[in-house]
Amino acid sequence: MTDAWSRFRRNRLAVVGLALVLVLALTAGLAPWLAPYDPARQSLVEKRARPGAKYLLGADEFGRDILSRVIYGSRVALLVGVLSVTIAVVGGVLLGTAAGFTGGWLDAGLMRGVEILLAFPYLLLAIAIVAMLGPGALNTTLAVGIWGVPAVTRIVRGSVLALRETEYVGAARALGAPALAVLRRHILPNIVPGLVVYATLFMANAILLEAALSFLGLGVQPPTASWGLMVSTGRDVLLVAPHVATVPGLAIMVAVLAFNLVGDGLRDALDPRLRGGA
Amino acid sequence: MLTFVVRRLLLAVPVLLGVVFVVMLTIDLLPGDAVTLMLGEHATKDAVAALRAHLGLDKPFLVRYVDYVGRVARGDLGRSIQQNRPVAAELADAWPATLELTVAALLLAAAAGIGAGVVSAVRPNSAFDGVARVASLFGLSMPIFWTGLVLIVVFSLWLNWLPVGGAGSPAHLVLPAVTLALPSVAMIARMTRSAVLDVLREDYVRTARAKGVGEWWVLLKHALRNAFIPIITLLGLQSGQLMGGAVLTETVFAWPGLGRLMVKAIFARDYVLLQGAVLVFALAFVVVNLLVDLSYGVLDPRVARQG
Repeated sequence: MTDAWSRFRRNRLAVVGLALVLVLALTAGLAPWLAPYDPARQSLVEKRARPGAKYLLGADEFGRDILSRVIYGSRVALLVGVLSVTIAVVGGVLLGTAAGFTGGWLDAGLMRGVEILLAFPYLLLAIAIVAMLGPGALNTTLAVGIWGVPAVTRIVRGSVLALRETEYVGAARALGAPALAVLRRHILPNIVPGLVVYATLFMANAILLEAALSFLGLGVQPPTASWGLMVSTGRDVLLVAPHVATVPGLAIMVAVLAFNLVGDGLRDALDPRLRGGA
Repeated sequence: MLTFVVRRLLLAVPVLLGVVFVVMLTIDLLPGDAVTLMLGEHATKDAVAALRAHLGLDKPFLVRYVDYVGRVARGDLGRSIQQNRPVAAELADAWPATLELTVAALLLAAAAGIGAGVVSAVRPNSAFDGVARVASLFGLSMPIFWTGLVLIVVFSLWLNWLPVGGAGSPAHLVLPAVTLALPSVAMIARMTRSAVLDVLREDYVRTARAKGVGEWWVLLKHALRNAFIPIITLLGLQSGQLMGGAVLTETVFAWPGLGRLMVKAIFARDYVLLQGAVLVFALAFVVVNLLVDLSYGVLDPRVARQG
């Protein structure tokens, strides 16, 4: 583990990513103290104000301070991201270990289902789920999380199948260790590094997907400050006030980039064989 | 070869049946009731019941599923609730625009991605490689709908070179295609780089070089040809990404395709139209991946022999 950390530390891009993630987390945590204005405060005489001394990043269609809304938006992005990653990982680990460890018809059935879901363009799947659940922050989280379950299931199942055949698992079983103990003590801990890498990269995609759903009007609903939603409302005034749509998009990009950098760095650090790979 | 194609086509059937099942179940569980939405809040109970019966919504889910699959098999996708036109006709109006957009984006992504990836692999850790690496990270991190808006601001608003949205001329296609292609360019460049790097380490490449084969020929004949299998696989998977991205791109650029039709259908609770649109997307994805599998045989004689 110390090896992994020292490898991670030498990767400059990964360290930049980690710093950005920390900044993001602090921004979300300290939003009420950092934001210069109430994110919902409207000032119609100042609508679409250009970036300037009063509003550093300008004001939107309702004269709301864009900087404050971007700061509060980090809460939505991180919260939806963390919760949906949790859903994807918990669901995927449960289904993946069930499929990989028991095998047989359960495995076959689950994996056919996973294949069907993976055969589905990802955004369409999330749209279908949100269309089913109805829009809103909670349902967006569920949709993004459920969208991640099939991929995690497949990764976990693959690792479980490979680990089941290793000598130490065979030895533990031969010594009479019960199946669940083998799973808990010998198999699950070995899946963790791969899962951490996947979860970090999934976090990046979860933020993107939440933004996309909110942009389409299917995700987080107004007046909540969500970055995707802000881009969507800014789109209506794009030609007269381009900053309203473009500034929040920049926040999405930085957040996604941060998690992608950390994820790439973690993968290289935890598995040196993959170094420089795709 | 023919048995391979037939077997693959048969394998696609359960996938499509599954997709229809998932979509119909999804729509079945929709909280909003399409019928109440169509008739308005004040419709009489009888009117609602009559329309439900007319649309077949009073039957159990499984009966409707089997019904729908049977009708789709005969080419009948039903009538859209909003426009009361055959869904097949609405889809037929929309899909050429989406095909045009996604094919343009895929070609662009393949050309730019493979090109950048090969140059990166030939000169690893060069300045170009470094820039390409960082650029591809950005490409993967930019929300596609935002990229589209930024391109509109720069090329339509400031430079006034290209139209803001709509379709009709090649100029209309440029911005949406570039927008849709960008994330895929990044993926393909990364993949190509690592695939070509792997192949360049192979013994047969060393042998070829030792024989005095020119560097370009080594690259084209040995490296690229062998690196193509993972690249083509990725292109197939990317086509799924492109279809998802098309929904966003079409929304941003008011591109009259399937993606926009689908979003409209969702907001109108037009489940018949939604089912049809999703089915077309799924079918397209299955067909693309079938083509990918077939191309393995063409590119790699080892696969063809296994048939």
